[in-house]
Amino acid sequence: MNPIKIIKNGIIDENPTFVQVIGMCPTLAVTSSAKNGIGMGLSTAAVLMCSNFVISLIRKIIPDSVRIPCYIVVIATFVTVVQLLLKAFMPELDSALGVYIPLIVVNCIILARAEAFAGKNGPVASLFDGLGMGLGFTIALTLLGFVRELLGSGSIFGMAVLPANCKTLLMILPPGAFISLAFLMVAVNIIKDRPAKAKEETKSEVKEVKAEEKQEKEATK
Amino acid sequence: MNLFITLLAAVFVNNFIFSKFLGICPFLGVSKKVETAAGMGIAVIFVMTLASAATWLVHKFVLVSLGIEYMYNIAFILIIASLVQFVEMFIKKSSPSLYQALGVYLPLITTNCAVLGVTVTNMENGYGFLQSLVNGIGAAVGFALAIVLFAGVRERIASSPIPKPFQGFPIALITAGLMSIAFLGFSGML
Repeated sequence: MNPIKIIKNGIIDENPTFVQVIGMCPTLAVTSSAKNGIGMGLSTAAVLMCSNFVISLIRKIIPDSVRIPCYIVVIATFVTVVQLLLKAFMPELDSALGVYIPLIVVNCIILARAEAFAGKNGPVASLFDGLGMGLGFTIALTLLGFVRELLGSGSIFGMAVLPANCKTLLMILPPGAFISLAFLMVAVNIIKDRPAKAKEETKSEVKEVKAEEKQEKEATK
Repeated sequence: MNLFITLLAAVFVNNFIFSKFLGICPFLGVSKKVETAAGMGIAVIFVMTLASAATWLVHKFVLVSLGIEYMYNIAFILIIASLVQFVEMFIKKSSPSLYQALGVYLPLITTNCAVLGVTVTNMENGYGFLQSLVNGIGAAVGFALAIVLFAGVRERIASSPIPKPFQGFPIALITAGLMSIAFLGFSGML
């Protein structure tokens, strides 16, 4: 398989959030702003690439029966590295993401890729698989963060764009996470059912989703 | 009294599913039937209580005294994994009927982020032994409550006419969102 195909597979065909529906906890928890979404996505991507690479290198040494504990130790090591780096260089992001950084260890995406890809393929292919999956996850988180931040705080990446009376606090509270993700998934499902026009419509779908979400909120009020 | 407040806060106000988003994978994965959801809930209560106690002891007497607190993540996940394995073997020997009921859910709990989540929260908040234990029990009971309630709603949804794009996960997430709004009401309680 060539690298571009592997990366595309991670971002579109097997997108961890929208297609495989794994790694839901950080997806819902940290996406109250687009910036947090990017930070979480990239941290996970970094861990995923490193762990995929190392696991692929040692896959022939590990006995089959104890592979899961071995994978977990490799993953936990890289999570600790990422956590210490974030603490040192990006303390604000570290405090915004809080407990969810150590919890990357139990993010099912990472163990799933170790089991499904890195345990069977060579180190370079695994590295690209980690990159693709990580980017797919980052894009999904950023999109969700973008929608929630726009509707909830009326801003895009911290810049205010909506007037103060258009903010809907609910969207940055926990229920908003569930409901926005649900509507994004609906949009993805609609796009998948119409594959021919898929790419052009992505943008308009997102707008539709926002309109739908507003209606939903009014209904819940 | 303080412990009672910790317990109530963990069950309702800081509900692991609806306000902290921990343990969403099993929450969505094994909530199609009330019985399986209850089985998962009980297994989580069991493991989370033990994990809270075990990780507190290890943190206090091993990690801190050796000065390697930064290794907590690796240590905790290993404790949880071996604890789950141990609980599985113990139940298999001592109570085959309970093993029958919980069996399939136990291995899944290792990767349930709620368990690691509660242990890390306990450590970061500097809770004492008893408070860690109570927080662990409360969080687990909150998880069990949420998953059983959610399974009840999902059983009804399964037989309802849902528009095609909404079928499966989207409608489940919307349901969870509405339940989460209900749980927001508890935030004024304490």
